[in-house]
Amino acid sequence: MAVKISTLEERISVPAEGDNPLNTQEYFINMGPQHPATHGVLRLMLKLDGETVREVIPVLGYIHRGIEKIGEHQTYRQFVHLTDRCDYLSAMMNNWAVSLMVEKAMQTQLNDRIEYIRTIMAELERIQSHMLWWGVLGMDLGAFTPFLYGFRDREMITDIFEETIGCRLTMNYIQPGGLMDDIHPNFVKRVKDVIAYAKPKIDEYEELLSGNVIIQERLRNVGTITAEQATSLGVTGPVLRASGVALDLRRVAPYGAYGQVDFEVAVGSVGDCWDRYWVRVEEIRQSFRIIEQLIDNIPAGKTMLSKPAKKIILPEGSHYAQLETARGILGIYAVSDGKSENPVRIHMRSPNYHNVWSVDAMTRNARIGDLVANISSLDIVVPDIDR
Amino acid sequence: MLENLLTHSAFEILTLSDRAAQALAENPWEAAGYTLLALGGTGAFLSLLGMALIYVERKVAAHFQCRLGPMRVGWHGMLQSIADALKLLQKEDIIPEKADKLLFFLAPVFSIIATVLALIIIPMSPSLQVVDLNIGVIFISAVGGFGVLGILLAGWSSNNKWSLLGAMRAGAQFISYEISVTLSLLVITLLAGSLQLSEIVQSQQDGWWIWRGHIVGVVAFFVFIISSTAELNRPPFDLPEAESELTGGFHTEYSGLRFSFFFLAEFINMFIASALGATLFFGGWMPFHIGGFETFNSIMDLIPPGLWFAGKTAFIVFLMMWVRWTFPRLRVDQLMRLEWKFLLPVGFINLFAAATIVLTKLYFFPGQ
Repeated sequence: MAVKISTLEERISVPAEGDNPLNTQEYFINMGPQHPATHGVLRLMLKLDGETVREVIPVLGYIHRGIEKIGEHQTYRQFVHLTDRCDYLSAMMNNWAVSLMVEKAMQTQLNDRIEYIRTIMAELERIQSHMLWWGVLGMDLGAFTPFLYGFRDREMITDIFEETIGCRLTMNYIQPGGLMDDIHPNFVKRVKDVIAYAKPKIDEYEELLSGNVIIQERLRNVGTITAEQATSLGVTGPVLRASGVALDLRRVAPYGAYGQVDFEVAVGSVGDCWDRYWVRVEEIRQSFRIIEQLIDNIPAGKTMLSKPAKKIILPEGSHYAQLETARGILGIYAVSDGKSENPVRIHMRSPNYHNVWSVDAMTRNARIGDLVANISSLDIVVPDIDR
Repeated sequence: MLENLLTHSAFEILTLSDRAAQALAENPWEAAGYTLLALGGTGAFLSLLGMALIYVERKVAAHFQCRLGPMRVGWHGMLQSIADALKLLQKEDIIPEKADKLLFFLAPVFSIIATVLALIIIPMSPSLQVVDLNIGVIFISAVGGFGVLGILLAGWSSNNKWSLLGAMRAGAQFISYEISVTLSLLVITLLAGSLQLSEIVQSQQDGWWIWRGHIVGVVAFFVFIISSTAELNRPPFDLPEAESELTGGFHTEYSGLRFSFFFLAEFINMFIASALGATLFFGGWMPFHIGGFETFNSIMDLIPPGLWFAGKTAFIVFLMMWVRWTFPRLRVDQLMRLEWKFLLPVGFINLFAAATIVLTKLYFFPGQ
């Protein structure tokens, strides 16, 4: 079967209209790579008819750093340090994905302390990621105040990370076989403080933003994608769950300590921006619930299985592991030749890359304002798209 | 003498333009002096007010967002606006290569001229008003429409699709909301029986129209405040700028002094809208009076009229800032729906109600 591949130039060429000067014409406009609503250097080619968006063509590659290729020249333990530069809001979950892949390939069993701490860290990170998204969504829709509230509360979680890990954004904490270091003595107390502080705040924010009539108008029945569309596009994470597909790897294929905790998977029904909004806000609550169950019961034990093995050489063949980041399913695929410390090939199935393509399906025949709401509700992190 | 002052009969309004007209017959130089004074005064007032409003906006925003705002330049950042103005003056003035240079140059000038023209008619106190036209309300509406021209020209001449989109949004939005503003102005015109702003103020000697006109006055005030927020293109109606959608809208390509013209015009327009709201609905510089309560009225008279005006205006300015830092932005079709399907019918019904009330004298203190 021959596949016709059209270039960007072909797609944006507008056929010449007649001579009548009153003829209207669809036109193309560049949204990005430098545009406030694209959250980084994502470039979207918009085909517009007045204010109506006829087509959205994402153009990627403006922050491509070749992380997968660099990974082929590094050991697995070194590669962990690159992954948190992809989806910087799920930095530790990216580390975890690599570790999971290595541990699965080596068939390593971890102790409960490591699993608990990893899970708590991942959930804290999910909360801070969703908090940032909440604020940015407000800003994209024109309300600047939520942005600062979101950042203010996120700061408390970032402080906890800083205390234990020494880093605030691109954290390297989880590594194959365990954790870099033990948690800080203050960790448990501070996490409890954050829960006590931030849980009522979520309700307060619901009053500020969720209950606002303009937000409802802007989000409800905007950018709807059905479950079929979402699954066929390979969309994962809160975006997929908002469309009514209860696919959450934490529940479907539990890893870490998720098998031992009780939590609900938030699922939407319509698949519009409002569902995506609601799913994420609900996920913050569920993440608090998970942390509350784990934080008091962190068992004693080592935080690194044994002394770090000097060499990690995976068995020959291909290895894959996936987990649920704040944005969806992150899969790490590695091919090893069984001799070298370096993988022969590394590929990351990043959630943002797959999610971003749904923006066209969402936005056709909507307004520019809807496009901004859609991009915001997808919660994309551009470095993770390009890697 | 004191009695005269307290009963307002001493407040004979003599604007600078009146003085200039009187002096013209005797001494043209004196007339020119008055004109110059008016020009200079308006210019100085314009820039000072703009800077003050920007400072206040930043402080209000900061406190809504649980932060401090400007604190470093001067006491509590008082001089921040001056520092920013100096910085703007030093900026490189960029004109896009393919812009329509003449229109690009004219657009901010139109914008600021419309603002100045609207500013001169506001009665700030009995003795402080540059021009007192007998068709003040019509003049305000006309000049307000002129401001759109600047924005449309800016969007068109920038030769940027984002700017053009912003300008088109602005054109549609302003023309739509202009109607609602005018409808609510007409309500007060009916009640006061005059188009002259100073007379409208005088007519509120027994009570402000917002409570003398009871339901009609309150509805008109809300229609006025919503649609003038839209006219000012402030959030939640800031679609012509919509920095997260249109990267700045009509002033995307402007920089330096020209950008500051738009910026200044926007803030002064906010003051004008608030001042107009205060003048029409809250009695302008007129102290809070209740017809018949002479003692109460004379106590209220002790506060100078300028302060009354400033206080009422500041209150409405604060209302607008409150809204700005709380609400998200509407979408373009929702904006149109709000105007044509809600505000416009409400405005018309309210106007009919006002006409009925004026005919049947159902408002408070109709006698005087």
